[in-house]
Amino acid sequence: MAELEQRGGRTPAPSKWDYASAPESREIVTLEERYGLFVGGEFVEPRSGDYYQTIAPASEEPLAEIPQAGAEDVALAVSSAREAFEDGWSAAAPAERAKYLYRIARILQERSREFAVLESLNGGKPIRESRDVDLPLAAAHFFYYAGWADKLEYAFPHRRPKPLGVAGQIIPWNFPLLMLAWKIAPALAAGNTVVLKPAETTPLSALLFCDVVRQAELPPGVVNIITGDGRTGAALVKSDVDKIAFTGSTEVGKAIQRELAGTGKKLTLELGGKAANIIFDDCALDQAVEGIVNGIYFNQGHVCCAGSRLLVQESIYEPLIEKLKRRLTTLRVGDPLDKNTDVGAINSRQQLEKIEELVAAGKEEGAEIYQPPCRLPEKGYWFAPTVFTNVAQSYRIAQEEIFGPVLSVLTFRTPDEAVEKANNTPYGLSAGVWTEKGSRILWMAQRLEAGVIWANTYNRFDPASPFGGYKESGFGREGGRHGLEPYLAFDGAESTGG
Amino acid sequence: MAQAPALPTGFELPLEPRLPRIGSVDQVAVEARATDLSRRSIKRETKLFALDLAVRMMDLTTLEGADTPGKVAALASKAVRPDPSDASIPSVAAVCVYPNLVQTARERVGDSGVKVASVATAFPSGQSPTDLKVAEARRVVELGADEVDMVIDRGAFLAGRYAKVYDEIVQVKEAVGETHLKVILEVGELGTYDNVRRASLLAIAAGADFIKTSTGKLSSSATLPVTLVMLEAIRDVFDETGRRVGMKPAGGIRNAKQAVQTLVLVHETLGVDWLTPDLFRFGASSLLNDVLMQIRKEKTGRYQNPDYFTID
Repeated sequence: MAELEQRGGRTPAPSKWDYASAPESREIVTLEERYGLFVGGEFVEPRSGDYYQTIAPASEEPLAEIPQAGAEDVALAVSSAREAFEDGWSAAAPAERAKYLYRIARILQERSREFAVLESLNGGKPIRESRDVDLPLAAAHFFYYAGWADKLEYAFPHRRPKPLGVAGQIIPWNFPLLMLAWKIAPALAAGNTVVLKPAETTPLSALLFCDVVRQAELPPGVVNIITGDGRTGAALVKSDVDKIAFTGSTEVGKAIQRELAGTGKKLTLELGGKAANIIFDDCALDQAVEGIVNGIYFNQGHVCCAGSRLLVQESIYEPLIEKLKRRLTTLRVGDPLDKNTDVGAINSRQQLEKIEELVAAGKEEGAEIYQPPCRLPEKGYWFAPTVFTNVAQSYRIAQEEIFGPVLSVLTFRTPDEAVEKANNTPYGLSAGVWTEKGSRILWMAQRLEAGVIWANTYNRFDPASPFGGYKESGFGREGGRHGLEPYLAFDGAESTGG
Repeated sequence: MAQAPALPTGFELPLEPRLPRIGSVDQVAVEARATDLSRRSIKRETKLFALDLAVRMMDLTTLEGADTPGKVAALASKAVRPDPSDASIPSVAAVCVYPNLVQTARERVGDSGVKVASVATAFPSGQSPTDLKVAEARRVVELGADEVDMVIDRGAFLAGRYAKVYDEIVQVKEAVGETHLKVILEVGELGTYDNVRRASLLAIAAGADFIKTSTGKLSSSATLPVTLVMLEAIRDVFDETGRRVGMKPAGGIRNAKQAVQTLVLVHETLGVDWLTPDLFRFGASSLLNDVLMQIRKEKTGRYQNPDYFTID
């Protein structure tokens, strides 16, 4: 607590002011010891007979046993989805589909605290974020696509949209429930049924979602959830689905695209990124600092569109870096369930090792590292917020996606140079531009090769806004009217992807 | 405002070796940041510490046409001993009154350490000739004020006559000498956060010891984002020059929760160095009783009947 310290002649000032811990209670979450696969509206034991342990990354505490679905389990789930598609879901009145989606959205809102706690427990992200970002956005996606379900003819006039059939969906561990919503909501609105595989490390919110599906009385088989590692995902890609939607690493995305070549299955990929966050010298400086922090330390940097490359105009470099470093000292790293935590735990040991490897490479290549003084918990997976200055475009930390709380700072002199450096990457998912000049924002947006460009803000999402990549960040859009298109076939139109 | 801020003579923040930078404020982002910080969860001993600090930082204020010596004497007594039933409650920082009541307040606070602050310079509008304002400021010091709360000339500021605003503050500062000068920006009339930032830097450059949000006469006053913008201006000046300027949000802070949120803002923007009555004050008339009530609740676990707290 506040220790008082006398300063020459002045009123005693406290030498520090710690916030007492304010943990969100875990009571609201009930965990099973062992989960099943959700197939045809029921939890079933995996035919494979294999299970693995899912843990809390903040403490390494085991939480539950999760089935490792094998090829046979995948085939069962897909045929259950096929049956549900043919037995009525595809022919159901569109307003019926909307009704179920609205129900799901409302149930998510009602149970949002339960989901938020579970998401933080299993994924390591701060409760502040799961409560204020993940859950409201997940519900918003279901509300948004519920609205489209009976208006598809108007979304694509004169093109006669039809559902594809069964969609296989594979999602990552950084926003488990939100990515589930991004995938399931448009697929169902368009009249498809789905088999979804959550990430190996974060299956619990998807499994709790099965409960929501039942509560909403969605017809059995419309939503199937199968769990497991990459092998399960590979089996899903090979299975008898009509479409694959994948969000994850570029490496796996490429493998999926090779696998699907020539099969006629539709494909959308939302892959990695190495976004440039570009700071011009006329920006609102203190707010830009907030944007930089939100851009890279939000969700421990486990964000595909994270602003991991900071491009700073040289004339503002020093004051900006000073402000940024000081701001870092006020970031609170620790217990994800504490309401005052800003940065939580790294999602897995594997990811922590990858971050450590790239950070070591950065030091070796000659970049200067800064980490604020902070005490990391002893158990669990943790990495302090990190800034690399003195980074050259050729360093690995400026080229490769780190997917952790690590920022690489580069400088530029003119707008042309900023564009050139920003685009000089195999990725093209997102970018940020900070300037008070409206004309410059538009000038930059025309030239940046990125699917999303934020101006004077960062990491802001809305279900009405399409999201997706250029270049090796993938293809296809999620969100907005655009997000329906990958889940629809059109009379006389060529399918894309695959 | 269409025109670029013309820098008046003498408007020098020693920003060398860099080009002087007034900077700008992004409205959406600053409001988002203030909202974020207001969600910090402050509990138990942290809360008690913050509430105790809020009492020590309070400028207990009455600025009414109907103020009388009796009213001010009661207020001053409350300032010295806010809660007669709890000896651990400290005195507030100051009482803030109109010039005519400075002597009454002075006599009543005696040598308790509670300061007497007086408004001056044609408070609250500031629409008077400069010489009258300077004379008024000088007079309240003679009457015994330890601190002077002046208003800036918003008419001149909004007309782009920054030099006039600046010169006036300089003259008042000269007139009051060593007496502590707080400069009221009246943010509710400035219209934009950019203007709040400019006015803050202008007042600081002209010699303000404190910058203060409002007169308390407008409905829009010491919001969290406005306070944040002013704290950031103070931080920039400290970074460039090492000079520590104080901050006083006034008007609109009516309950303990708002006070604690404001202290969180100070803590996360300027650090613990500013968590002292020397550098931070709350200007308020009705805040004190709510803070006292919350302190008692934290100590006893129960809310006390409001009738047990004196109305002054």
